[in-house]
Amino acid sequence: MPILSYLAMPQKGAREKLCADLSALEFCQVIPAENQDVVILVTDTPDEISEENLQKALKHMPSLQSLSLTFGYDEKE
Amino acid sequence: MNLDRRKFIKQTAITCALASAGAIFPGVSFGDWNTLANNSGVISWQKTPCRFCGTGCGILVGVSDGRAVAVKGDPSCSVNKGLCCMKGYHSIQALYGKDRLTKAQVRRDGAFVDVPIQEALDLIAQKLKETKEKHGKDSVAMYGSGQWTIPDGYVASKLFKGCLGTNNVEANARLCMASAVTGFMTSFGIDEPMGCYEDIDYANVFITWGNNMAEMHPVLFSRMLANRKRRTNVKIIDFATRYTRTSQAADKSIIFKPQTDLAVANAICYEIIKNDWVNWNFVNEHVSFHKGKTNIGYGTEDHFAFKDKAEGISYEEFKQFLEDYTPEKVEQLSGVPAKDIKYLAALYGDPSLKVTSFWCMGMNQHTRGTWINNLVYNIHLLVGKISTPGNSPFSLTGQPSACGTVREVGTLTHKLPHGVVMNEHDREMAAEIWEVPVGNIDPKPTYHTVEMFRALDRGDIKFIWIQVTNPMVTMPNLKRYRDGALKDDRFVVVSDVYPTPTTDIADVILPAAMWIEQEGMFGNSERRTQHFDQIVDPPGEAMSDTWQIIEVARRLGFEKQFPWSQDEYIEKIWEEYRRFHAGPKHEMAPYKILRERSGVQWPFVNGKETRWRFNPKYDPACTNGKDFDFYGKKDHRAWVWARPYEPAAESPDSEYNFWLNTGRVIEHWHTGSMTRRVPVLHNAVPAAYVEIHPEDATELGVVNGEMVKIISRRGEITMPAQINGRGAPVRGMVFVPFFDESYLINEVTLDAFCPISKQPDYKKCAVRLEKA
Repeated sequence: MPILSYLAMPQKGAREKLCADLSALEFCQVIPAENQDVVILVTDTPDEISEENLQKALKHMPSLQSLSLTFGYDEKE
Repeated sequence: MNLDRRKFIKQTAITCALASAGAIFPGVSFGDWNTLANNSGVISWQKTPCRFCGTGCGILVGVSDGRAVAVKGDPSCSVNKGLCCMKGYHSIQALYGKDRLTKAQVRRDGAFVDVPIQEALDLIAQKLKETKEKHGKDSVAMYGSGQWTIPDGYVASKLFKGCLGTNNVEANARLCMASAVTGFMTSFGIDEPMGCYEDIDYANVFITWGNNMAEMHPVLFSRMLANRKRRTNVKIIDFATRYTRTSQAADKSIIFKPQTDLAVANAICYEIIKNDWVNWNFVNEHVSFHKGKTNIGYGTEDHFAFKDKAEGISYEEFKQFLEDYTPEKVEQLSGVPAKDIKYLAALYGDPSLKVTSFWCMGMNQHTRGTWINNLVYNIHLLVGKISTPGNSPFSLTGQPSACGTVREVGTLTHKLPHGVVMNEHDREMAAEIWEVPVGNIDPKPTYHTVEMFRALDRGDIKFIWIQVTNPMVTMPNLKRYRDGALKDDRFVVVSDVYPTPTTDIADVILPAAMWIEQEGMFGNSERRTQHFDQIVDPPGEAMSDTWQIIEVARRLGFEKQFPWSQDEYIEKIWEEYRRFHAGPKHEMAPYKILRERSGVQWPFVNGKETRWRFNPKYDPACTNGKDFDFYGKKDHRAWVWARPYEPAAESPDSEYNFWLNTGRVIEHWHTGSMTRRVPVLHNAVPAAYVEIHPEDATELGVVNGEMVKIISRRGEITMPAQINGRGAPVRGMVFVPFFDESYLINEVTLDAFCPISKQPDYKKCAVRLEKA
């Protein structure tokens, strides 16, 4: 059951779309910057399957250019 | 705060991300995200005009999870270019006061009971029908507002004038803008300013006539100050009865005695003529001279009637008329030194200077309001400083849609969306568009606002529906009208967003959708129509004022006239209304264009907005082949009027020895029913007060904050004194803002009005003071 936070960079001109796409996903909290094209993504998944599904969804999200991990915690460890 | 282990870890995750973002992106801001409950993080921004004053600032409202959470100025709106005032920045908080009206209420056995809104609408329709059948069509009335959206006012006019056949439709803009309208109509034959806010970027001299713009139109005032800073040859002259923040920022402050602006304006004209600063090319081609009736009364008695009669005069007769207004004579009357009058005349008269005059309530709330509007136009017309960039006599509006809804839609007793009820052609046009028999539209106006509430008191009106306004705070000589409304066989419906002293006197209260909880349009001071979408949902059963009227109209059998669905009614109403204004003098933009832009100025002809009217370089309605065409008048000329000084309806005497002046403060909108529910604004000015000159306060034995009783022939009120506050009245005058329902200053004011415009004078009556 990890809790992770990332800096998410949108594709050019896709900031609003990225926020909408990320918000549509389960277990995600989105905090967009007011004045720059960067979005904080915090994920809090209940189990491994949910985490895997979430990672897959992120990998195939067209509005997302890159994710940089800024914090990670997993209760298993 | 309820924090468990997992929430703590999550908060740490966010903090790490914020720190990383800060290191990688210098200056990055995440705003107030953490204070927003249930926030998904996505903020969508939508345009709207601000819902407070008549400036019409464009703002962007940020919405997250269905709630308006943020405001910023709309940089693509030419009105404010991204700037807002304190009311604008806090405007969305007015949506979320704790005591929003969310349910309909009906008075039963003296107490309000919640009922389903459909049941309340049934009752309203039934009472309206019964009253009309029993007491006649003119026993029912609608009283609206310059804060009505354009569709609100349009359906009100269509129902009452077109379907029910009564001209009992008025709006509170009668209390703030009527003298501006009659000023335009008598001088130019057509309403609303010829210029636009761009004048501010060209003018060298700004003269504010009784107009505290720094507080009442702060965004426009900031634009003036910015121009003065940027350009070297810009001056601001404040001409007022009281020293205000506008006076403080002005290059020169000139104080005159109440009502004597009439004499000073004439003295300026006298000086212009005496020094031969007249622009003869302009005057010979574009001006004609007239006089009207004099000693025209004050309207303090019921059924007061007055009709002016214009008579042509020669330039020489006009010049002769001005002989009574030498600067030296006027100095005695007005207290304005003759040298200051000459200075003002020299500014207007200097052909190298572009001059813009601004005014609002000081000139309009005046028992000679029409006249003083005429007189300022006279000055601009004599020197030909009009209808060109920077040269503008500019009447500002107080409310967001006083122009759009009241003046353009015509929600006054004598008006129709195009023209007036007295004109057969205008009635025929309305009947055709509204699909009603032309005989339905009564050719006789009924009651202007003051007379409408007198009729309610007398019992001539038995049913009144009040929307988007708070007359039980704003009517002058208030006690009479409150007592009248409370009489047994009167039925009062009030649509509003919060409880007010007006909902207190209601028999039915309807919860209204507010501002961006509905789609609509406003029209601002510079002929700009501004569309806004429904951005958030209204609370509970709150419903737009337009839809409330449609619901009642259908219950009365007018489905044919009100056939629209809730999905499309605003578009359909707009496109129907637009037919009234077809043609180059007033063409309105199509709905699709209004939706796209942050406001569109009319006349909107061939896809182009009109910045300056009556000037063929900008205005396609000009047809006379000359350099100006004042096409509102049949002679295609602007009219200069010989209007004398006449005293106020009531002046200080030995018994009531002070002038009382009333008005507003920057923090609050009108009666404060919305802004007093915004904590920042309320805390800034939590209560009203009476401004007193320090020497008068000393004589009275009062220090700051002590209670003072203000007594007039109508009533009395006790409130705290403010000495050396933001405004400084002259000796012998007190000033009270009217935003605070705990101190109803209109218990004291006088219901005298301009006999031409029927607009009351809230700036002048006589009172005496006592230490309480």
